[in-house]
Amino acid sequence: MISSRAVTLLVNGVDYVVEVEPRKTLADTLREDCGLTGTHLGCEHGVCGACTILMDGSPVRSCLLFAVQCEGAAIETVEGLAVGGDLHVLQQAFWDHHGLQCGFCTPGFLMLAKGALAEDPDLTGEALREVLSSNLCRCTGYQNIVTAVEDAAARMRS
Amino acid sequence: MLRDVEGAKVLAGGQSLVPAMNFRLTRPVALIDINRVPGLDGVRIDGDEAQIGALTRHRAFEQPVVPGPLGRLMVEMAHHVGHLPIRVRGTFGGSLAHADPAAEWCLLARTLDATMVTQSSEQERRIPASDFFSTVFTTALEEDDLLTEVRLPLLGTGHLVGFSEFSRRVGDFALVMIIVVAEVQEGTVTEARIGAGGVSDIPLRLSSAEAVLRGRRWDPSVWAEAAEAGRAEVEPLEDIHGSVEYRRDLVGALIQRACRQATE
Amino acid sequence: MKLVGTPIRRREDPELLTGRKRFIADLTAGCQSVAFVRSPMAAAQIVGIERPEGASVFTAADLTGVGSIEPILHRPDYFRAPQPVLAVDRVIYLGEPIAAVVADTRREAEDLADAVYVDLERHDPVVTAKAALADNSRIVHPGAESNVVVSGVIDTGDIDATSESAVERIELELTCRRQSAAPIETRGAVARYDEESEKVTLHASTQMPHVLRTAICDLLGMQEADLRVIAPAVGGAFGQKMCLPAEYAVLVWLARHLRRSLAWIEDRRENFTSSFHSRDHHYRIWGSFDADARLVAIEGDLVANVGAYSCYPVTWGVEPLMAMAELPGPYDFQSYRVRARGVSTNTCPMSPYRGVSRPVLTLAMERMMDVAAERFGLDPVEIRRRNLITRFPYRSATGIVYDEGSYVASLEKAAEVVDVDSFRRRQAEAREAGRFLGIGFSVFSERTGYGTPAFAPRNMDVTPGYETVEMAMDPSGGVEVRIGASPHGQGLVTTLSQVVADGLGLPLESVRVVHGDTDRTPYGWGTFASRSMVISGGATKLAAERLREAIVAVAGDMLEAAPEDIELAEGRAVVRGTDRGVDISDLARQAYHHTPKLAPEREPGLRATASYDPAGTFSNACHVAVVEVDIETGGVRVDRFVVVEDAGLLINPVIVDGQIAGGVVQGIANALFEEVIYDDGGNILTTTLFDYLPPTASEIPPIEIHHLQTITDASLTGAKGLGEGGAIGSPAAVINAVSDALRPLGVQVTEMPATPDRIRRMIREATKEMM
Repeated sequence: MISSRAVTLLVNGVDYVVEVEPRKTLADTLREDCGLTGTHLGCEHGVCGACTILMDGSPVRSCLLFAVQCEGAAIETVEGLAVGGDLHVLQQAFWDHHGLQCGFCTPGFLMLAKGALAEDPDLTGEALREVLSSNLCRCTGYQNIVTAVEDAAARMRS
Repeated sequence: MLRDVEGAKVLAGGQSLVPAMNFRLTRPVALIDINRVPGLDGVRIDGDEAQIGALTRHRAFEQPVVPGPLGRLMVEMAHHVGHLPIRVRGTFGGSLAHADPAAEWCLLARTLDATMVTQSSEQERRIPASDFFSTVFTTALEEDDLLTEVRLPLLGTGHLVGFSEFSRRVGDFALVMIIVVAEVQEGTVTEARIGAGGVSDIPLRLSSAEAVLRGRRWDPSVWAEAAEAGRAEVEPLEDIHGSVEYRRDLVGALIQRACRQATE
Repeated sequence: MKLVGTPIRRREDPELLTGRKRFIADLTAGCQSVAFVRSPMAAAQIVGIERPEGASVFTAADLTGVGSIEPILHRPDYFRAPQPVLAVDRVIYLGEPIAAVVADTRREAEDLADAVYVDLERHDPVVTAKAALADNSRIVHPGAESNVVVSGVIDTGDIDATSESAVERIELELTCRRQSAAPIETRGAVARYDEESEKVTLHASTQMPHVLRTAICDLLGMQEADLRVIAPAVGGAFGQKMCLPAEYAVLVWLARHLRRSLAWIEDRRENFTSSFHSRDHHYRIWGSFDADARLVAIEGDLVANVGAYSCYPVTWGVEPLMAMAELPGPYDFQSYRVRARGVSTNTCPMSPYRGVSRPVLTLAMERMMDVAAERFGLDPVEIRRRNLITRFPYRSATGIVYDEGSYVASLEKAAEVVDVDSFRRRQAEAREAGRFLGIGFSVFSERTGYGTPAFAPRNMDVTPGYETVEMAMDPSGGVEVRIGASPHGQGLVTTLSQVVADGLGLPLESVRVVHGDTDRTPYGWGTFASRSMVISGGATKLAAERLREAIVAVAGDMLEAAPEDIELAEGRAVVRGTDRGVDISDLARQAYHHTPKLAPEREPGLRATASYDPAGTFSNACHVAVVEVDIETGGVRVDRFVVVEDAGLLINPVIVDGQIAGGVVQGIANALFEEVIYDDGGNILTTTLFDYLPPTASEIPPIEIHHLQTITDASLTGAKGLGEGGAIGSPAAVINAVSDALRPLGVQVTEMPATPDRIRRMIREATKEMM
């Protein structure tokens, strides 16, 4: 029998105490137990990247992590980007540059970009496009996503 | 723990294991999460050997953490391992234990005759790469073995190293990938290793192609001959991404490209 | 300041950017989970079903009184194949739902579904259209004479006569492999049962909430008033969510039967195996050209593999018959003899996918033009220049009327932007260096914004087309616009707000657009077929005009002026040429709370309704692709992609460009990457995103988009539809470019996707021939 366990997850600076089976993924736990449904599931096999979150600052696929593995780590999701009523620079840039259409893949791209730029603020051009190739989008054709992230990166550098 | 819990599997990066679980292709009774086991990650240089802790993340190799040509080769290869988020979690040892025929580190281990160090409750074993890979997703690891370390021979500065991979999209598994390592002295090849991944059910050394290079000039016409030999010697698998003939074509093309890259 | 025509930011975005917006999988709290037991075989007899003791498992036998899905075309050559919502005694495609299980969580539901044993007796499946057309083929549907379940012929009757003037007759065989729209969000639905009213509210990831409601009520024998359907945020659809899934109907039945709230969220593998596929076509076409390289006649035999069942409501006739009707594209010729057949096989049912048949028919005509250009020693621009329609309105050989477009102008502009001469020099230099560059053109017309006049001739049992908009100003002066379209990423809330704000002189924030909820919106057809801005937009414009009349009438009463002298701007009603005016908020309050002060004939409140049902309007574009082919690996890199698009008036240029870019990438994917692959046993080999290959940002070049603007009166707003255009022209441009690159090797590409393996095979074969 699979039994549940109590796990404390630190998400966007807040502790969530949840009861989960060990086989429950971080993505499912964030969505169902923490009520943070901004992280989306598109494939559950680590390819589409819609579930991307930051774990200790680095972008990872939350569909490939178990919640029980994540105790003690600092998790960031899309819900933690905006502070007060103010959008994060990346969110603002996506808005300004029409970087989303249906919006389903957007949280994953935002977190991917945030994590990648935090580690390499000078990311640009081909190298940036290659990082963005980690995630799939079906609506935008990527054009405006690239522009939005370039713009946000430039703003964050200045 | 591996010994005691039948049907348990080791969980390292999870980037290959968890998709398989989500597909219900593998249903381990338990997962043993080794991510917090101390001493399993990190790269140590011991004489002429790089000792890579199994838990070292793919990311670590995006910088040259190993000196000389081997470090350069690993940097080149690391960028082909999945995408950034995969490399953040996925581990060197995990990739070897998973033994996907199209995985870069498996090819590296085979090409350089790496030694896999494993630990069980009974014993420590040292398994040479030539004995490690059995078939797709199958290695010499027993049920209660834990791969703890991989030892790669360092390459002296006289070595040329080249890597060429073809995949459908950036970040995809290789349809075919080739490593060429050649020791060239005064324009003549004294030692050659050619590894091919993604072609067969396990990574291969292309011994006929290597034999063509040995003792010959390091020269595009010789590379072309080696490529022909490589083409003839492989028995490629067929799948939806490539027919037998196509993978053969890629072997020939990528041997030459890897040689060219090694020269640049 | 006018908002129409300005690239304002989308009103939809803040909720999406913050992750607040709820998609279907975010709405499952408090629901039990449903999973489906699906057929592991493509064709089999169901011998028995064993369910675990006491488990919540439902089969067709339990679904008493539930009808079958039966979309109908009223034409003699249409075979009706009713689809049971759960398989009864046989299964005819891999993934067909056989049973539904209910459990507390999704994980438990999947566990339970695994535990249900279905005893199947395997039949040999018919997988390809070719096999299904063979004389001795098994018949997929008992009662059918053959596997041809829908067909049509258009014959202008003068092919033989016209062919006499022809000096060249070019034959082409072209194949488009099966595609999947593969939206990032899979399908899903949540049926909430309300104890008090005994009503079910179905949240469903769909493009057509009203049609879904009608369809499910028909199946379950329900009154429409007992089912509310709401489309939440939908994570992409592209046509895959514009037809009725059996699973949604089963979910509603279960919710009513169990008197419980239930959720079904599809996973990616289910989406690849059991969600609608598209575009498995094979064409043989013949083009006859006169001595001036003018196309004079087209003959064709078009075959579409239409899968196991007919999709509701557009039916399995949609792809083959559209191909037959629209193959002429933007070309000026009048002799035509084309047969189209839809062939049923033991494969997943099909639904339209962005462009429907048009990407394939465009491939056919654009390959024809390039091959003809080579035969006549012309360049690809010149042959098109000679053959594109230049006079409007134009009636095609198939009876379709094209309103004014800019076919030649788009070609000329594209050629100029891409600088063909300079490319040819670069191509020649590259050739010397052993590199293979290619350029490919594609000119096409896009049929958009078509209402019932265009659908009616199809004789569908359900004739879509019109849109109705209800508009009301509330006592505070805010306007609510309720529409029957169902946007899911197209930015329609923003663009309709722009239209309304301009029409009523209001700030954008005063306008609210309501969509997706059958209880709150007028009956409409949803969003698909590049229709929403044209049809909902036209109805919105009309309704705004009517509401404006009501507003200025009240203003006239209040300001003692004639309504025609009232101007609405910046949230006020002002008597023209004076400074006498009133705030709209005061006016609105007056209209609701002080009606005795108004003229006696005034209706209380401020409301308007309008419908729009146009015949349709044609956008057009020219796409140009520049590629490099690595002849050793067969890899193709798209270096440059240019679009010159004419979609009439652009309500919001940034949203327009976004639609085009997204479509182009799906088209490039069709040309080079994506294919749903079945083996001979009817098993799907592409069930993950490792195997089905939507491209990433690294496979796509920057897409350069230019606009022409032809305004016709075929669309009230002046806007033409454009959602599909990007996907329609791009495959042909890429395939033509690859063929152009490989011309020195004698390779012509006739199949898409042109994968590296296929390209290498063609090069090997051509090189052998040359030796």
